[in-house]
Amino acid sequence: MIKFNRFYSQFNILSSLLIIASLILLIFKGLNFGIDFKGGTLIELRSSDTKINVSSLRDNLKQMDLGDVSVKKFGNDQDYLIKFENKDNKKNIIEEIRSGLDKSFGNNFDFRRVENVGPKVSAELLQSGIIAISISLAVMLIYIWIRFEWQFSLGAILALFHDVIVTLGLFSLLNLEINLSIIAAVLTIVGYSMNDTVVIFDRVRENLRKYSDIKIFELTNISINETLSRTLITSITTLLALLSIFFFGGEILKGFSLAMIFGVVFGTYSSIYIANSVLVRLNVSQKTILKEDEKN
Amino acid sequence: MLYFSKLRIIFISIICLFFIFIASNNLFSPDKRFFDKKINLGLDLQGGSYLLLEIDNTPVIEQKLQNTTSTIRTYFKDKGIRIGNLNLSNQKITFTVEDQFKKNVIDEFNNENSEINPYYQRFKSHQFDLIDLGNSFELSFSKQGLVNLKNSSQDQALEIVRRRIDEIGTNEPNILKRGNDRVLVELPGLDDPKRIKSLLGKTANLTFRFVSNDNQDSFGVEKLKHENGLDEDFVSKRIILSGDNLLDAQPRMDSQTNETIVSFILDRVGAKRFGKATSANIGRQLAIILDGKIISAPVIRDTIASGSGQISGGFTFQSATDLSLLLRSGALPAPLNIIEERTVGPDLGQDSIDAGLIALIIGFLLVIIFIFIKYKTFGLITNVTLIINLLILLGILTLFEATLTLPGIAGIILTVGMAVDANVLIFERIKEELKNEKNNIIAFDSGYVKSRTAILDANITTLLAAIILFFMGSGPIKGFSVTLGVGIFTTLFSVYFIARLFTSIYVTKNKDKEALI
Repeated sequence: MIKFNRFYSQFNILSSLLIIASLILLIFKGLNFGIDFKGGTLIELRSSDTKINVSSLRDNLKQMDLGDVSVKKFGNDQDYLIKFENKDNKKNIIEEIRSGLDKSFGNNFDFRRVENVGPKVSAELLQSGIIAISISLAVMLIYIWIRFEWQFSLGAILALFHDVIVTLGLFSLLNLEINLSIIAAVLTIVGYSMNDTVVIFDRVRENLRKYSDIKIFELTNISINETLSRTLITSITTLLALLSIFFFGGEILKGFSLAMIFGVVFGTYSSIYIANSVLVRLNVSQKTILKEDEKN
Repeated sequence: MLYFSKLRIIFISIICLFFIFIASNNLFSPDKRFFDKKINLGLDLQGGSYLLLEIDNTPVIEQKLQNTTSTIRTYFKDKGIRIGNLNLSNQKITFTVEDQFKKNVIDEFNNENSEINPYYQRFKSHQFDLIDLGNSFELSFSKQGLVNLKNSSQDQALEIVRRRIDEIGTNEPNILKRGNDRVLVELPGLDDPKRIKSLLGKTANLTFRFVSNDNQDSFGVEKLKHENGLDEDFVSKRIILSGDNLLDAQPRMDSQTNETIVSFILDRVGAKRFGKATSANIGRQLAIILDGKIISAPVIRDTIASGSGQISGGFTFQSATDLSLLLRSGALPAPLNIIEERTVGPDLGQDSIDAGLIALIIGFLLVIIFIFIKYKTFGLITNVTLIINLLILLGILTLFEATLTLPGIAGIILTVGMAVDANVLIFERIKEELKNEKNNIIAFDSGYVKSRTAILDANITTLLAAIILFFMGSGPIKGFSVTLGVGIFTTLFSVYFIARLFTSIYVTKNKDKEALI
């Protein structure tokens, strides 16, 4: 049996630091919002001319009066991602860029993807993203509150917040782009983190009924160990699937799968170290669940 | 728990075969399919254009208030009530009346049978709100009045957008209302929406009005620019003909001048009016105005009674074709702005499909190999179940003709990773039970029973997340939530019916074997 409970305090301190660091990053550095949430225009283009590179493209686009333009390589050697704010919401901007590029480099561009999100839509998307995440957290809270005693709910919710905040903090730190698919990833992380915690809690509760003489400090450790192989196997298979998306699923899914990979790792860790240590700190005992049983 | 009746086995087999059969339908070309259902590919996979249009209702509101202003004037004049300081600004009509008529005016507006302020019985609201400011009145659209106006302009816009897109003949367009002032257009297979964007960007409000240098024109005149942006002319506000009177419009080549023109045919009412107006005004210039700009202003040389005519204005063949199309499909009630556009080229779509499939296959293989190494025989059972699970998932998506997007494929891959969870929970539980229980069958039985709450909890939490995503997410993200959500149900079915069936057969045959799992 692995003594997970020996490190509760250390990992609690670590998690607290991680959360504080993430919050500081989120407040002061902020998130790198993509055009979905910030508005603007994105063009993914492929060039058949190998002489073209990021800086020549950038120099050329700078002359077109597009404001702040970002040009990046995207996956394949000759694929580029161009982003700019399109503040005036010019209608024929794509055509202008197309003809401007053709004039300078010759006609060898394929516009593979064009996205243009107006300021009103991006504000709405951001709002609905925030609402979606809030609702999902609230729904999980309600679910866990119905299913378990409040001490468990608190543990699960703390673990959940930890996972979401630290994942977002990591995105801020690494300056990774937040777009619609990241919101989907965060919601899935919420589901996954909960799922992981609930399975261990289920076992804690079962063991509380079974053993009246074992302290919660020991009991959580027994429960974690009993469910450990399941926790690991499921995390591994989920990670295998996600890694496969990350490496082979194309550029567009990279951000999504990365967020999910972070989420699964944090989710697995927090189920063990945050959720359970909350039970220990709240001194949950057989009485806690028996009281609840009587009520029902 | 481990016992399966023959009937149940047959039933499970039928369900599996049914969905596998349906899923297999996607493999065939359209003419060889068993029935007319398949998984639709989202715009991000098949390529295409997504446009969100917002209706700018300001002109409609102002026009309506303008009309109401003149209605108020004549309506109360007939009743012998003098309206003073009638004024329209900031979408509000203000006016004054003498004190003795105040009550009458309020009653005229707030009466349920009011003729100038329609009452919507269903919404318990008038079209306009009247506010008594003491020495004057202020009239503006009520909340419901505005909603009704927006709804009707949205209905019209939807119809006109549909007609314009149908005229171009794109493949299976999808045109939907969004909210009460937006129209969503999805155009599969279209990789350059330039032409559609320019066609939808025009209101196409066509009028025929006389050029009037006479300031005495009783309808008033306004100064309008020519299409070329340089010249200007004063034009009467009186509309002789509008685009509504057009039956047909076609691009033509004028055989004499070799110029591209748009020839049009008027309906009966239009033809009559046109004949009358032209016969009475020979020698005057008739301006043809599109969206507030003069296209041309030919001099009338003769009465035009045939009900047909032509517009020339230095068109290219393309612009004449587009103008005819716009005139045929009618004017939009209000200008449309494109507030969101997402276009994916067909190559990128195909690349995404390829990448998604490779990721699916590799992810699937990795999971299968890992599970087989970990559980041997039971790993094999899990893997077979996983394959059937995936096929059922595809079958259900086919049956409902769900739209598969790139995030949707990610959802399927994620389902593969998470689907083994339930089996793992069961097997790990059985292992524990076997430590204290010598009888294999009893241990398996209680393994299934005791793991049930954990499995349910785990799946409900993921399902809740998927449901929220479904309602809050848009486009591709919705595709993700659908595959994730449906995946949960197929997973539970395959774990509790298919995997358990295989397990029961194996365990019953090997009930005395030690270290079974």
